Amino acid sequence: MWTGTPLFPEQASTMAGRVDNLYFFLLAISIFFSLLIAGLIVFYAIKYRRRDPNSVGEVFHGGMLLEITWTVIPFVIAMIIFVWGASVYFAMSRPPDETLNIYVVGKQWMWKFQHLDGQREINELHVPVGRPVKLIMTSEDVIHDVFVPAFRVKADVIPGRYTNLWFQPTKPGRYHLFCAEHCGTRHSGMTGEVIVMEPSEFQAWLSGGGPEGSLASAGAKLFQDLACNTCHRPDAQGRGPVLEGLFGKTVQLQSGETNTVDEAYVRESILNPAAKVAGGFQPIMPTFQGLVTEEQLLELIEYVKSLKALPQVQPR
Amino acid sequence: MSPEVAHAEAHHPALAHHFDSLEQQSEATTLGMWVFLVTEVLFFGGLFATYMIYRNWYPDAFAAASHELDVTLGTVNTVVLITSSLTMALAVHAAQLGQRKLLMTFLILTMILGAVFLGIKSVEYYHKFVEHHIPGPGFQFEKEYVRHAQLFFSLYFVMTGLHALHMIIGIGIMLVMLWWSWNGTITEEYSSPIEISGLYWHFVDIVWIFLFPLLYLIGRHAH
Amino acid sequence: MPTPTVFMPPRHYLNDGYGIKSWLLTRDHKRIALLYLASVTFFFFLGGAMAVLIRVELATPAGDFVTDETYNKLFTMHGVMMVFFFLIPAIPSVLGNFLVPIMIGAKDLAFPKLNLASWYIYIIGASFTTYSLVTGGLDTGWTFYTPFSTVSSSSNVISAALGVFITGFSSILTGLNFIVTTHRMRAPGMTWFRMPLFMWSMYATSLIMVLGTPVVAITIVLVAAERLFHFGFFDPRVGGDPVLFQHLFWFYSHPAVYIMVLPAMGVISELVAAFCRKQVFGYSFVAFASLAIAVLGFLVWGHHMFVAGISVYAALIFSILSFLVAVPSAVKVFNWTATMYKGSVSWQTPMLYAIGFIGLFTIGGLTGLFLAAVGLDIHVTDTYFIVAHFHYIMVGGTIMGYLGGLHYWWPKISGRLYNEYLAKLSAAIIFVGFNLTFFPQFVVGYLGMPRRYHAYPPEFQVLNVLSSAGASILGVGYLLPMFYLMWSLRYGKIAGSNPWGAVGLEWTTTSPPPTANFAETPIVTWEAYDYKPTVEHHVA
Repeated sequence: MWTGTPLFPEQASTMAGRVDNLYFFLLAISIFFSLLIAGLIVFYAIKYRRRDPNSVGEVFHGGMLLEITWTVIPFVIAMIIFVWGASVYFAMSRPPDETLNIYVVGKQWMWKFQHLDGQREINELHVPVGRPVKLIMTSEDVIHDVFVPAFRVKADVIPGRYTNLWFQPTKPGRYHLFCAEHCGTRHSGMTGEVIVMEPSEFQAWLSGGGPEGSLASAGAKLFQDLACNTCHRPDAQGRGPVLEGLFGKTVQLQSGETNTVDEAYVRESILNPAAKVAGGFQPIMPTFQGLVTEEQLLELIEYVKSLKALPQVQPR
Repeated sequence: MSPEVAHAEAHHPALAHHFDSLEQQSEATTLGMWVFLVTEVLFFGGLFATYMIYRNWYPDAFAAASHELDVTLGTVNTVVLITSSLTMALAVHAAQLGQRKLLMTFLILTMILGAVFLGIKSVEYYHKFVEHHIPGPGFQFEKEYVRHAQLFFSLYFVMTGLHALHMIIGIGIMLVMLWWSWNGTITEEYSSPIEISGLYWHFVDIVWIFLFPLLYLIGRHAH
Repeated sequence: MPTPTVFMPPRHYLNDGYGIKSWLLTRDHKRIALLYLASVTFFFFLGGAMAVLIRVELATPAGDFVTDETYNKLFTMHGVMMVFFFLIPAIPSVLGNFLVPIMIGAKDLAFPKLNLASWYIYIIGASFTTYSLVTGGLDTGWTFYTPFSTVSSSSNVISAALGVFITGFSSILTGLNFIVTTHRMRAPGMTWFRMPLFMWSMYATSLIMVLGTPVVAITIVLVAAERLFHFGFFDPRVGGDPVLFQHLFWFYSHPAVYIMVLPAMGVISELVAAFCRKQVFGYSFVAFASLAIAVLGFLVWGHHMFVAGISVYAALIFSILSFLVAVPSAVKVFNWTATMYKGSVSWQTPMLYAIGFIGLFTIGGLTGLFLAAVGLDIHVTDTYFIVAHFHYIMVGGTIMGYLGGLHYWWPKISGRLYNEYLAKLSAAIIFVGFNLTFFPQFVVGYLGMPRRYHAYPPEFQVLNVLSSAGASILGVGYLLPMFYLMWSLRYGKIAGSNPWGAVGLEWTTTSPPPTANFAETPIVTWEAYDYKPTVEHHVA
C-alpha cells in the first residue's frame, strides 16, 4: 500500500521548482516556529509545574523590548515571504511573448480543448514539451477551474469572460488535470489529463488535423455566414471598423477612453456591441448574443487575429 | 440627586431591574440603537456597492433606465420624507418637554407622511408594472439596453423594496410609540423610546436621500 | 492551611424557577447561555455526523459509499452547520452570554429580552436550514458560489439561504448586546484595562459580528432574489458578474473566521492566566492585538480569490494585508508562551486544552502564511491544503478553546466538578485524533487533491485512510465529554465558588451564581489577574 503513495508532487513545469522552493522555505520557517513554541510551552509546563497547590506564578516586567522584538521579527519574515510570493506570482501571471495558445471551454462536466489548427480534444490536452503554452479559457455555464498539480498552475474558468494561465512543460508524461471549483454533481468527475509529448511527436499528432480545419478558417466561414463582412470591409467603405491588422492595437472609443483589442474586447463587441463603440463609428452593430456559441466566438476571434494589416495604398 | 428623587427613580416603572438608573438605561438603549443603525448602513451598503459597480460598467443603459422613473413622484416623495423627519424631530422635542398632546399629534403626522410615501411608491410600482419594467419574462425595454436595463430595475426594486420594508416597520414602531404616548408610558423623565425611534426614522430617511439621486437622477441636468 | 468551605448555595439561577416556561421565557443571560449550549451541541453532532459520512466515503478512491449528489450535499451541510450553527455562535453565545455580565460585575446584559430573542432567531434560522436538509439538502458548498447556486443547482438553495440569513440576525443582536454592555454596564472601578482579556476578545468579536454579518445578509438576499425572480445580479448572460458575489460573500466570510477564533483566543488568555496563576504577559498588547485582528480582518477578503480572476495588483494588496493580519496573532502566541515562564503551571484539563490550542493554532496560523504568498496559493488553493489549514484553526483552535473554556467554567455553570481523569483522557484522544485526521490533508493537498471531491485518483488513498482513521478517533474524543459532563451534573463533586484558585469576578460569586450574579454589586479596585503571593488570599 505504501508503494504508489507519493508524498510530493512531481515537478513538470518551469514554474514548479520556484513554487516548491518557496514552499520549502515556508516549511522550514513553520517547523522552526512550531518546534520553538511547542518546545517552550511543553518545557515551561514541565519546569514550572505547580508543586504546591497554593503557589502562584511570578510576574516579571520589562516586556516592551520583548514585545517589539516579537512583533518586528514576524513582520520582517512576513514581508520576505510576501516579496518572494509576489515575485513567483508575477512570473506566473506574465506569459512569455510567444506562446502556443490553446482555447479551453469548460462546461458541466467536461473540458473541451481547441488547438488553433482545428484539433479538438475532450478531457485530454496534448502539448509539446519545452514550449510555453497559454490556455485561454471560458465556461459555458458555471465557474470551473483548471488545475494541473504537476505544473503548479490553477485558474478559475468563468462564464462570460476569458481567463488564462500559462505553463512550460519540462518533462514528457501524463499529468492529472482537475476541475478545482465546485461546479455541481459531477465536479469530481470533471478531470482530465495533460499529455506532454516530445516536439516531433506532438507535431505528428497535430498534423492529424481537425475535421473543420483550423479555428481561423472556421472563423472565416462564420464571418461570411453571419454577414459580418457586409459592414467590416477591408477597404474602409463599410459601416464598421476595418479589422485587418486591428488585433492587438489600442483604439480610441466613442467615449474618449482607449481600449486594447484583445480576445475579451472582440468577444464583447460581438455580444454587446454598444458597450465600447469605436470612435468615429455609429452604434449600429446588432448583438449576436444567443446567436453564437462559445466555440464559434473562439473561431471568430482567431479569424480576426489572423487578419493582417493590408499594405497601404500609396496615392500617386 | 435627592433621596426622594432617587427613591422614585429606583421604582420608576420603566426602569429595568438590571440597570442602576434611568440615565444608564437610556444611555444604553441609545447606544444600542446607534449600533443597530451601523449594521443597517452595512446592510444597505452591500446593495449600494453592487449598484455603484454595475452603474459604473453600464452607464448608458442605467441612464436610459433611470429616465423611465418618474422624477416628479420621486421628488414629492423626497419632500414628504424630509418633512416626516421634521415632524419626528418635533415629536422628540415634545416628548422631552412632556407635552403629551403635541407628541401624539406629531407622531400621527409622521405616520401619515410615511403612509403617503408608501402610497406614492405603490403608484410608481404600478406604473412600472404597466410599462413592463418589472424584471422577469415580461420585461421589455429598448433593444440596445434591454439586458442591462433589466439589471437596473432589479436593483431598483430590491433597493426601494428594502427601503419600503424599513418604512413599514418604522410606521409599526410609531404605532407602538403612539400607544405608549397615549397610555402615559412616555413621560418627561422617560422619553428615550421616542428618541431612539426618531433615530431609526431619520436613518430610513437618510437612506432615501441617497437612493433618490442614485436611482432617479442619473444624467438629468437642470434645465 | 485552612480548607476553603465548599458548598452549593441553596438558591441560584438554576433552581430560581422551575418549569419549561421559566426556561423558554427566561431573561437571565445564564439560562439563555444554556439554551444556546443545548442547541449548538446538537448542531455540532449533526455536522459531525456529516463529517463521519464524508470520511467514510473518502477512505476509498472510488465514489462508492454515496452518490456524487449526496456527497455534495454532505460536505455542504457539514460546512453550513459547523460554520453558522456551531462555530460562530458557540463561544460568544454560550460562554460569552454566561460570562460577559459576570466578568464586568453587572447583573445582566444590556438587553436581556433581545438576548432571548437572539436565541429564538437562531432556532428559527436553524429550523429553516434543517428543513432544507431534510427535504433534500443543499449542494452548493457552504460558500454558495454563483452562478451555480443561482442558476444551476437544483437543491434547496432558497430555504437554506433563508435559514442562514435569519441566523445572521442572532449573531448581530448578540454582538450589539455585548458592545453596549461593555460600554455601559461595567461595575464601579472596572475600567477597560482592568477587564479580563476574554472581554476584549468578545468586544472585538462583537465589532466584527455587527459590521460584517449585514453584508452577507444582503448578499444572501440577492442570491435568493436572483434564484426566485431571475434578476441576474450574478448572471453573465444579463450582464451580471459572478465574481461580484465572491467579493460580497468573502467581505463577511473572512471576518467571520475571526468571529470564530477571537473568542477562543479570549478563552485561552483566561486559561493561561488561571492555570499559571499570573497575569497574562503583555496584557495591553494582547488586548490591542484583538482589536487589530478585528480591523485588519476586514481588509483581506480577496485572498480567497487569488485564482478567481482578480487583477494582479489587487492580489498583491490582499497578499500584503494578509501577512499583516498574521502579526497580531503571532504576538498573542508569544505572550501566552511568556506567561507560562515562571508561572505556577497546573496540568488540569483546561490547561491541556490551552496548550493544545497554542500548538495547533500556531501550526494552522503558519500554514496561513503559505496561503498569503500568492505564488504558492495558486497551487494549493481549492485543495485539501486549505481544508487542513482551516480545520487546524477551527478545530485545533476554536473547538479546543471552546472545550477548554467549557471545562474551566463548568464548575461555575453547574456547581459541580467533572471527572478529571476522563477529561484528561478525552483531551488526549482529541489531540491525537485531530492531528491524525488533518495533518495528512496538508500532504495530500499539496499533492494536488482538490477539495469537494468524493472520488479521487488511487495514489491519494493512503493519506485519506490515515485521515479517516483519525476522524474515528476524534469522534470518540468528542463524545466522551458529553457523557462525563452530563454525569457530573448529578454525581459530580460540589465545586465551591473557586475550585481553581483563580482570580476574576466570576470566581468571587457562588457556583452556580445567583440570578442577579452577585449578592452586591462589586466595586473593583484591583487590576486584572491580580494574583496575590499565595492563592489562599482569594479562594473563597
